[in-house]
Amino acid sequence: MASNAKFNFKKSITDALADKQLRANFKFATDALRGKRLAVLSDPEETLHLRKVGNAIKRKGLTQLPQLLEKLEAKCQENGIIVHWAETTAEANEIVLGIMEKHSGHKVVKGKSMVSEEMHLNKFLEDKGKLPLETDLGEYIIQLNHEPPSHIIVPAVHKNRKQIAQIFADNIPGVSYTEDTTELLAIARGKLREHYRTADIGLSGVNFAIAESGTLCLVENEGNGRMCTTVPPVHVALMGLEKVVEKLEDVPPLYRLLCGSATGQRITTYFNMIKGPRKAGEKDGPKEVHLVILDNGRSKILADTQLRQTLQCIRCGTCLNHCPVYTRIGGHAYGSTYPGPIGEILMPQVEGLDKKGMLPTASSLCNACEEVCPVMIPIPNLIRRLRDESYDMDDDGIVKGHGYKKNRLETMVWKGWKLTQVNATCNKLMLLGVQIFGNMLPKVGPLKAWTSVRTAPKFARQSLKDLAKKEGIRNE
Amino acid sequence: MSNVNSSRDNIFTRLKANTAASAHVPEVDAWVPAPITDKKERVAKFVELMSAMRTEVHQVKGDEWVAKLQEIMAERGLKNLVYGQGTDISKKLEAAWKGKKDIGPLVPWTQDAEAFRDELFEAGAGITTTMGGIAEAAAMILWPSPEEPRMLSLVPPVHFAVVKADKIWTSFAEAIEALDWSAKSPTNALLISGPSKTADIELILQFGVHGPTDLIVFVVD
Ligand code: SF4
Repeated sequence: MASNAKFNFKKSITDALADKQLRANFKFATDALRGKRLAVLSDPEETLHLRKVGNAIKRKGLTQLPQLLEKLEAKCQENGIIVHWAETTAEANEIVLGIMEKHSGHKVVKGKSMVSEEMHLNKFLEDKGKLPLETDLGEYIIQLNHEPPSHIIVPAVHKNRKQIAQIFADNIPGVSYTEDTTELLAIARGKLREHYRTADIGLSGVNFAIAESGTLCLVENEGNGRMCTTVPPVHVALMGLEKVVEKLEDVPPLYRLLCGSATGQRITTYFNMIKGPRKAGEKDGPKEVHLVILDNGRSKILADTQLRQTLQCIRCGTCLNHCPVYTRIGGHAYGSTYPGPIGEILMPQVEGLDKKGMLPTASSLCNACEEVCPVMIPIPNLIRRLRDESYDMDDDGIVKGHGYKKNRLETMVWKGWKLTQVNATCNKLMLLGVQIFGNMLPKVGPLKAWTSVRTAPKFARQSLKDLAKKEGIRNE
Repeated sequence: MSNVNSSRDNIFTRLKANTAASAHVPEVDAWVPAPITDKKERVAKFVELMSAMRTEVHQVKGDEWVAKLQEIMAERGLKNLVYGQGTDISKKLEAAWKGKKDIGPLVPWTQDAEAFRDELFEAGAGITTTMGGIAEAAAMILWPSPEEPRMLSLVPPVHFAVVKADKIWTSFAEAIEALDWSAKSPTNALLISGPSKTADIELILQFGVHGPTDLIVFVVD
């Protein structure tokens, strides 16, 4: 599954497609999530306006990123938050471990954080003898089953109720099989409340970090995020460095876009704004708050103004729900922390095209993701760009691992093709060639793979050009 | 820890070099939901949308909420009610509970969380004031304080909240302005729109995961 060194995308897709239950679970969930989104973002004009606002806020933020981050750091420190910088996930893991050791901590309760998934933090902490506990119900379920999330918003969406019932029965001592969701919920609530009370460290992600005031904003429905950030004596927040926004006024439109796109809500149950540890006189809240700001390739992505748009992402997950590929193969098949369209553009830039270059091939370029993305990331264009860089015909690629697919034969074929498009004689010869031999091409190699599920088009006896010459072009 | 500093430096060196090529930022009008100017309408919207998400809303006049609160406490047999001393509502609670033996007692939160935590996790209900409400998004605004700490609206399974009808604004943006939020910027601020919920099992909406199972709001006019 995810994070394995040897990853065979074709095989994982084939396996996923053959799993009827999995496909049914994903179809059901993504259909429902799309419907819910539409119910809230029901006015196309207002939605477009909101998306433009979201786009502008994030775009502007990215152009001022160093200034905003400096301000955020200064303000956080003023508020008593300890700020850490991590270039890599390995560094971020060590920082979290260091904080835990300083407090002789063993048990850490975790709110949902995709950055922690990016870090493979749970595995790292377990290897060090610590006890990381997921508390978001979906994350709790998949942690019991030793799986990574299959969706960035609803992590256990690949499991249905019966499968979850089985996971509970198999993995929680003293629990017998029940499909009653109320009972399942009560079991999880009982177990986790005890953990909140006794945990040494609480960990969370960050949805928006406000530079102007040094405030961390967390969006959630369950209350587990509030528990993790309020009850334990130490709170560690993890954020990717692109999460910073300039001011509080930027938050309402982004928050509306996030809720509407992610779960089809006008608003989540809780919007939690944290500005520091417990102050003198206050009776609760963590005594220490840490903010770990992770780069992990993000600062490099900034360099190119087209690729930079990847960093506008607010992790709403709606591109997953709208993707004809994701909805059929689900999240695990991508073998990456971020699946679906956003994963296809983000993972190759973070880990390199040589490692994740196959992800952008999993798209029909239907444009659905771009049409719904709340911050208007032109995902299909970025996919095209990454595909282009995979071959790197013109030797001008900049993404790590660019040109990993480059091979002499293909380069030659395309160079030849280019010639037929710019040189009249070559063009004539090429057309003549395909008229005579085109339909005789043997179906081997890539052509065989391509035609195994498609009908090969037939070349006409006369080219369009010839026809146009003969009959003229009518201007209608 | 020189390593840590060099990470920061490396990150900023890249950030500064890589933002030099500034991308075009389009001009867009701010998104602000149209203000609902009529107070009655604003309150009605707040009540309607809050109720839609399984919040129990009671519209009451003046101090009527205290009696209503006691009625609900009795009806549900709630074990006790944790509250903060020295707030807008504390005097009224204390007066109403004086000599009352037939409902769960009032428990003031006076100690640090470390000393009070176990009692709080066993509590029946908690009550808080609010900074107001947002009609268009249906949420209450809470700024936890030394008197009413963060966990008071989180840990007890039933959360009672008092919202003044005068403090219900149309949108989040409007509330930010009215409360001078950016300048005052409290240690912790919350929007709460209903009881704790999840849809992580087959997208079935279920209430009462980690936070309160019931949210009961008094809109006081
Ligand atoms: S790319 Fe856009 S649609 Fe996809 S998760 Fe990010 S913000 Fe949402």
